[in-house]
Amino acid sequence: MRRRYLLGAGLAVMVAGMAHSAFAQSGEIKIGEINSYSLLPAFTEPYRKGWQLALEEVNAAGGINGKKLVVVSKDDSGKPADATTAANELVSSEKVVMLTGTFLSNIGLAVSDFANQKKVFFLAAEPLTDAITWSKGNRYTFRLRPSNYMQAAMLAEAAAKLPAKRWATVAPNYEYGQSAVAVFKKLMSEKRPDIQWVDEQWPPFGKLDAGPVVQAIAAANPEAILNVTFGADLVKFVREGNTRGLFKNRSVVSFLTGEPEYLDPLKEETPEGWIVTGYPWYDIKTPEHDKFIKAYQAKFNDYPRLGSIVGYQTIKAAAAILAKANSDDPEKLIAAAEGLSMPSPFGEITFRKIDHQSTLGAYVGKTAVKDGKGIMVNSVYRKGSDYLPSDAEVSKMRPKD
Amino acid sequence: MSTAPTLLSVEGLSKSYGGVHAVRNVSFALQAGEILALIGPNGAGKSTCFDMLNGQTTPGAGRINLLGFDTTGKKPREVWRLGVGRTFQITATFPTMTVRENVQVALVSYGRQLFNVWASTPQFARDEAGRLLELVGMSGYAERPCGELAYGDLKRLELAIALANQPKLLLMDEPTAGMAPRERIELMRLTAGIAREKSIGVLFTEHDMDVVFEHADRILVLNRGSLIAEGSPEEVRRNPQVRAIYLGEGLVYDARHREGAPS
Amino acid sequence: MAFYFVQFLTGLASAASLFLVASGLSIIFGVTRIVNFAHGAFYMLGAYVAFTLTERFSGALGFWAGIVLASLVVAVVGVLVEMVLLRRIYHAPELFQLLATFGLTLMVQDLVVMIWGPNDLLGRRAPGFKGAVEFFGQNIPTYDLFLIALSPIVLGLLWLLFQRTRWGVLVRAATQDRDMVAALGVNQKWLFTSVFALGVFLAALGGALQIPRDAVHHALDLRIIVDVFVVVVIGGLGSIIGAFVAAVLVSELNAFGILIFPKISIILVFLVMAVVLIVRPWGLFGKQEAAARRTPGLTVNPWRPLTSGERLAAWAGLAVAAMLPLVGGNYALTVGSEIAIFVIFAASLHFLMSVGGLASFGHAAYFGLGAYGIAFLAKMAGLPMIVCLLLGPLLGCLGAAIFGFFAVQLSGVYFAMLTLAFAQIVWSVAFQWVAVTGGDNGILGLWPEKWAAGPASFYWLSIGVAALAVAALRIIVFSPFGYALRATRDSLLRSEAIGIDAKRIQWTAFVIAGSVAGIAGALFAYLKGSVFPDSLGISLSVDALVMVLLGGVETVSGAVIGAIVYKMLSIWLVSQTDLSKLVLGGVIVLIVVAFPKGIVGMFETLRNRRRPELPKPALLKSRIEGAE
Repeated sequence: MRRRYLLGAGLAVMVAGMAHSAFAQSGEIKIGEINSYSLLPAFTEPYRKGWQLALEEVNAAGGINGKKLVVVSKDDSGKPADATTAANELVSSEKVVMLTGTFLSNIGLAVSDFANQKKVFFLAAEPLTDAITWSKGNRYTFRLRPSNYMQAAMLAEAAAKLPAKRWATVAPNYEYGQSAVAVFKKLMSEKRPDIQWVDEQWPPFGKLDAGPVVQAIAAANPEAILNVTFGADLVKFVREGNTRGLFKNRSVVSFLTGEPEYLDPLKEETPEGWIVTGYPWYDIKTPEHDKFIKAYQAKFNDYPRLGSIVGYQTIKAAAAILAKANSDDPEKLIAAAEGLSMPSPFGEITFRKIDHQSTLGAYVGKTAVKDGKGIMVNSVYRKGSDYLPSDAEVSKMRPKD
Repeated sequence: MSTAPTLLSVEGLSKSYGGVHAVRNVSFALQAGEILALIGPNGAGKSTCFDMLNGQTTPGAGRINLLGFDTTGKKPREVWRLGVGRTFQITATFPTMTVRENVQVALVSYGRQLFNVWASTPQFARDEAGRLLELVGMSGYAERPCGELAYGDLKRLELAIALANQPKLLLMDEPTAGMAPRERIELMRLTAGIAREKSIGVLFTEHDMDVVFEHADRILVLNRGSLIAEGSPEEVRRNPQVRAIYLGEGLVYDARHREGAPS
Repeated sequence: MAFYFVQFLTGLASAASLFLVASGLSIIFGVTRIVNFAHGAFYMLGAYVAFTLTERFSGALGFWAGIVLASLVVAVVGVLVEMVLLRRIYHAPELFQLLATFGLTLMVQDLVVMIWGPNDLLGRRAPGFKGAVEFFGQNIPTYDLFLIALSPIVLGLLWLLFQRTRWGVLVRAATQDRDMVAALGVNQKWLFTSVFALGVFLAALGGALQIPRDAVHHALDLRIIVDVFVVVVIGGLGSIIGAFVAAVLVSELNAFGILIFPKISIILVFLVMAVVLIVRPWGLFGKQEAAARRTPGLTVNPWRPLTSGERLAAWAGLAVAAMLPLVGGNYALTVGSEIAIFVIFAASLHFLMSVGGLASFGHAAYFGLGAYGIAFLAKMAGLPMIVCLLLGPLLGCLGAAIFGFFAVQLSGVYFAMLTLAFAQIVWSVAFQWVAVTGGDNGILGLWPEKWAAGPASFYWLSIGVAALAVAALRIIVFSPFGYALRATRDSLLRSEAIGIDAKRIQWTAFVIAGSVAGIAGALFAYLKGSVFPDSLGISLSVDALVMVLLGGVETVSGAVIGAIVYKMLSIWLVSQTDLSKLVLGGVIVLIVVAFPKGIVGMFETLRNRRRPELPKPALLKSRIEGAE
């Protein structure tokens, strides 16, 4: 749980932070966790529940080689600069042995760079950007969730089978949207040299003006649309698209839309037949997942979102790495993590040695409406390991340590 | 007239706002050391005239020659650089500074030190500022916040500020407006004294005819934007046209009974 | 052709909500002179309350009743806010109300999550306006047609209200000249309250009407507030017809902008605002402001340099601060460095705002430019740190020189909005031009060199630079230039009449402030090891404003204290609670009400009270002259 000190403001707080760690019990292993709890509560609440469940399970099973695992969690208020302050507090004052968490790509990158500089082990949970493991990757940083590239590859595989030749794209105009579109286009053009890109819409992130955008896409008359918008932008886009008949007789391929975080708000207005990546928790019938979902529902009386899986697996992975390394030396942690395989609610995953990316995959399926709610149907799990570029390509992208 | 050099000469000055002629073809001249009053009923165009002389307003037509330079359409600060001090109908000072600092800023500007970021202003030209304050009888108030001054004192402070650039010409718009009668006489006596001593030309507008007739060497009378009379106080006093305007407005020369507030 | 026509209609529909919210803001500003930052929060509350009510009431009548009732409920909330909070601070320095409403906005953001939960909510579609009508093969949503019809109706109703009722006449008179209305014996309190209620009602209605087409979520306020400021400023503050025209203009720009420049539609709006303000400094339909209260505040305590005792105390304070590495650990030192950097930043804004009377709403632009300057020099040119630190801030200086030139042509709220526009343009470029700036992912790996890498060394570097910067700014405040700058703030008329070229003085001040902010940004880049577009963003600009106001805008050292207090508080709160916005907002509101002169201002008042009073002459306070 979050620690609260009953102290006044000011210097006393910082000094006390250090005094506290000096008295840290030797029977504990502390890890630091940072996420955008105040900015993105819709995503980080299920995530927090996930890691709380994992923490409970780890400690119930005897902790890390007999030591109790403690998670010190901090909010980053959605700003990279605040995230580095939090990382600093965790490392310097709380003396955590590793950092975990983060949702937004820029915050993940900021903490990853911090970890590299301060030689701290960092397990990035949710950030999607390819840069964190490739172009800006470093030896201290590992990432759990399937990257932008992996999701694009999964979607492109399905999209290439569509007859559509005229494609339009709509994506929020920042690094995530731009790289998602770029990777998807590249992969599609390799598979289907015959397709044409007839329109691109780049609404500002969070400020999509749905009417004009939908209208402009419709005017280009594409046969298929790639959507990268999410959250409130997605809701507006879908509503306006439904009203104006944009999705009628058109295929839509959409990043992340099958994740409950994004799909649930659409309720009965969920468009049908979109090809999406996501997490159909209601539809997964594997023993690992059954076990997870039972425990989750028992503890929280709520259904899991994708964030729950990510939070859960982040702490499970951290525990596995710590147990194997049996040390708080970051070099030993890296050695332990590289190539480490472990079970997850989605089946076994491995942290690759070559780029520190986990092979956690995602489900690809189609959207549908059932009882006034959006769901994914015909979902298939795509293993992460099948959607990564060749080792040679990866080494070329990743800076040498 | 006298052999003193001409400080200011105005020819055919005009200005109209949306078809209304505020000032129409006004010409006059002012010699060094001369005290010239510009009078006229409300709305006669005095302030517009003043604003054009000072550069606040661009003339519609006509030329203004100040100290041998054509200053038509020049900005106030350029006019000031030529040696013209200005006071306003409603005082304009720096309320967050002390009285002394108000004068010091003007001295800073006069000394062309505006972009000096190093010197300490509180020490800058302290004595000079003190002398100017003494000149206007404000020495005792030097360290007072300007925002606390009574109105009459503000007027005197403005005079000190106006004198900071050692002007050759003072433009004073209603210098005594809003003051008690005794203060009025005092201030004008002070101004006239300084002007005579330093041979400064003074052009002022005024509502208070006592002040005008006591201190002005010469008087210009404006009505509806046009100059209708010009001459010594005695000549103007006798001018029937002027009488008509003022009597018509219900105003008498003896203004002792109407202590106007600042308009 | 049909396509363009439909696109035009779509733009008109988007304009409707924008107009409702903007007209509310404009009316409030026109009468009360409050820059109501919480206007977006009221918009958001309107959407949330409407969501709840329309879910509760069924049927078509239920929906429409829900929308109107929600707006009324939020208007009542607005009245409470006005009576409990704003009434107490009408006489505080201008912009202080901005601080109060900013605090309120922070609180509302957390409160809506606590009440309605974190998830995006999908409101009901409007009964009778669910589908679309076809027009030459193009679909036009019927709800769009409803919105298109609504805004002229609202405009007409407002016109009737202002032209045909006694209340309206009073409001118009108050917009022209507040003092005069007060002199006429009108109960100003209730006039202000009712105006505020109307403005909030319009904002809430704008929000409520969005629920059939948007998602209801806790970031709605920030999404709209900047756009609304833009609309109000383009249209001219206080002008309702201006708000209408500007809302249409902005929405159509968006609608057609995405066809021509899909990637820069966000910049387009700010570019247009900048151009409008440069060409028409009071907006399209605005009039030159009548003698309003001067920005920021009017003090009767003249500033004075430190006495030798105070100077000693400052040295002692610095010496104590320099000893932190003896007792504090790494975290304390990095927090200390961050506070020192924000002291520099706040001091630079203070110089512009308190000394120059120019309240910039986009000061982060120069902070961020300094940081990006470092990033470019260090990553692309590979220059050593000391050279980067010297040259990096030049980018902030350059930005300030260019933008400042245009900005100082304006004053008051228009100046604030133009600086905001420039900052948004710079932010958008950094955010969207991924190839050069790395976009949202920023530029990484800017760690200090060995000599400054240790937390203690970097801390000493930071407080050293902060002490130098604050001392330098203080020297400038009391230099002839500083006095000239204050002169332009106190009275443009008088300063011009003593030969001061106000624009040049203000421009120079802008460049000085921008450069110092650039220094802060440069250090910040090294402290964090990375640069992100956040460091150019609105929230950082607002942070700086809050620091200055919190410390006391009428004081010389307020910024330093304000920065220390605000930064400590916010770092501590973010570390300790997820509800940091609620607590921070509450603290800000409390401080505003309790100490309307800011922290340092309060101490000065106390000190002056203890001093024996000088016998004051019969006060006839000089009337403050407005802009010429």
